[in-house]
Amino acid sequence: MKYKTQKVAYWAFALSMLLIILQLTYGFIQAFAHLGYDGLHEWIPFNTSMAVHKNLLVVWILSGFMGAAYYIIPDESDHELIFPKLAYLQLAALAVVGVIAVVGFHFNWWEGRKFLEIPRELDFLVVVDVLLFLFIILGTLWKAKKRTTTAMILSVGLLAAALLYLPGMIWFDNHALDSFFRWWVVHLWVEGVWELIMGGILAYLLIKLTGVDREVIEKWLYVIVGLTFLSGILGTGHHYYYTGAPSYWLIIGGIFSALEPLAFMGMALFALNMYKKGEKRHPNKTAINWTLGTAIVSFAGAGLLGLAHTLPQVNLYTHGTFVTAMHGHLAFWGAYGMLVFAIITYVMPNLTGRKLYNNSLSSYAFWLSLIGMLGMVAAFAAMGVTQVALERRLGMAFMDVQAELKPHFWVLVITASIFTIGILLYVWNFIKFGLPKDEAIGMEDKFQAI
Amino acid sequence: MLSKKQALLFFLGGTIMFSIIFIALSIDTVAKGIPQHTHEENMTKAVVAGRVLWDENNCMGCHTLMGEGAYYAPELTKVYDRQGPDVIKAILTSKVPWAPHGRKMVAYGFSDQEAENLIAFFKWIGEIDLNGYPAPPPLKNKLK
Ligand code: HEC
Ligand code: HEM
Ligand code: HEM
Ligand SMILES: [Fe+2]
Repeated sequence: MKYKTQKVAYWAFALSMLLIILQLTYGFIQAFAHLGYDGLHEWIPFNTSMAVHKNLLVVWILSGFMGAAYYIIPDESDHELIFPKLAYLQLAALAVVGVIAVVGFHFNWWEGRKFLEIPRELDFLVVVDVLLFLFIILGTLWKAKKRTTTAMILSVGLLAAALLYLPGMIWFDNHALDSFFRWWVVHLWVEGVWELIMGGILAYLLIKLTGVDREVIEKWLYVIVGLTFLSGILGTGHHYYYTGAPSYWLIIGGIFSALEPLAFMGMALFALNMYKKGEKRHPNKTAINWTLGTAIVSFAGAGLLGLAHTLPQVNLYTHGTFVTAMHGHLAFWGAYGMLVFAIITYVMPNLTGRKLYNNSLSSYAFWLSLIGMLGMVAAFAAMGVTQVALERRLGMAFMDVQAELKPHFWVLVITASIFTIGILLYVWNFIKFGLPKDEAIGMEDKFQAI
Repeated sequence: MLSKKQALLFFLGGTIMFSIIFIALSIDTVAKGIPQHTHEENMTKAVVAGRVLWDENNCMGCHTLMGEGAYYAPELTKVYDRQGPDVIKAILTSKVPWAPHGRKMVAYGFSDQEAENLIAFFKWIGEIDLNGYPAPPPLKNKLK
């Protein structure tokens, strides 16, 4: 690292590591409940495990983004973070709000709004916390003289993500209106402004790992985020087909959401081409794996598996089935999970001065989690296709079809175990790095692309 | 070749243009489309009270409604037609977990009034114009 204050990033990443383990634990509780082993039902009914699984996912990814920003912004703008103590406070507060929310989910304190289950009272604390974070990031950029495109795209993405949280906080008596605005948060996050954050982090990693000229990388970054908004904004319509909104969304949502994979294809081609073009080879090969991995797997999970059910004619039958869960897992993991792991893998040696990267631990972590996730997605796909065929096409009753899905849930449990072993190895390697050290300042040059 | 400046203009131009279109369509949807499709005039006090219960208890964490939610328990958009008010009332007021197929629901033990409100909510949801969802199963008649 270049600056002392970049050390804050470590704590954001540590929080991510802790929360992903909890998230996976609740994932297993859900899978076993589906299999009929619901001994925890009294204390952790399915809606509790579901809310914890999804909200921890969002919080560990946001924490990963925050860590990325705390590391990247000083580096890109040549300036220490302003008020580093506040940054520690901000992360601690995020952890506390997260814990309160998760505990609350066990006591029926929540809102029944998929992905936005955090109660409104806590939403205000989230907003204050995020404002604090943005104050530190934007304040640092403001004070610094240097403002690179990469840093700006990343910051605009973070700011826009915060603003888009607000429409999800308005109360509507009409359930369909509530649903309409819920997508302003959920869809415009993952298929809009989070892609800006993804593009920014990816561009930073490619600049560092391939040594390709910044101007070239940043030019293509604009094209990719341009494609994102060109398709993704009106693409929101793919959630308005069958939820009480007018039928013009079938045409608009259908056409524009079918274009959304272009942005993800752009990311994949961008990363692969820069990797080929780069004359330097960074010694941290595992970071290169994760970086190319996120670009390619996001195209598969978000782009291709998204396309698979986005046309209204198809979605009429797949809407609200395990086909959605299949897509949700690979898209979230490929685009945002692997992205957070990529930046952590790149940053850890620089924060701690220890070169624990090309060891077998980190390479097993990468491959086991990738293979495990692909297996999980195959299991969800088998469930999805079966459910659509039996329930939606042949008209069997919901609960009768669920009984038919059990074998696939066993496959899910096995493949999720492989995935989880990969994640645990990763976390173990993370712990072995130890704490960030001041002595690591300036040592980055030693690791630079050679 | 494309310059960085042109790339920036492409990004800004596209974003501004499509944001404006999106907001214009959203205004139409919120002001006209959704109130019409959902028959907002039928949204009685009981319906709204039912919706509050639906929200407070996170029923969506097991069920789907209008295809949104979790895939653990039956889709409820048309439950009013499917099961009728009496069965639904029995399920919602039950003090033991409802589980005729072995998979447990939470035993809410709602009062009669609360159950009536949720039933009114389901009735209202079932009448929304959902552009053809849920579709009648197209292959049902092919089975003998
Ligand atoms: C822990 C998960 C869970 C939660 C939370 C839950 N349910 Fe259920 N519910 C179920 C399951 C499972 C069934 C189906 C039981 C069976 O048929 O064996 C069911 C069945 C029903 C049915 C009958 C559906 C049919 O077609 O047979 C209704 C109505 C219903 N639930 C309403 C609600 C309402 C309202 C709430 C919120 C207050 C709620 N449920 C919360 C799991 C849940
Ligand atoms: C990284 C980007 C993406 C992520 C993280 C993601 C994630 C998700 C998740 C979690 C859901 C379920 C949401 C819910 O029911 O509340 C969902 C739904 C959906 N996604 Fe994506 N998605 C991404 C990109 C895309 C793209 C590019 C497309 C289209 C090409 C797409 C098409 C859809 C569709 C059509 C649904 C609705 C499914 C239904 O009707 O049940 N997604 N997505
Ligand atoms: C141990 C590994 C995991 C297991 C066993 C698991 C299992 C499950 C199960 C059973 C569901 C519920 C589906 C339902 O009945 O509605 C679910 C939902 C979900 N999980 Fe996981 N999961 C795991 C890991 C992950 C990871 C790593 C991610 C993200 C990167 C993730 C993201 C999601 C999302 C977004 C949903 C909601 C999907 C939807 O409704 O469409 N899960 N998971
Ligand atoms: Fe979407």
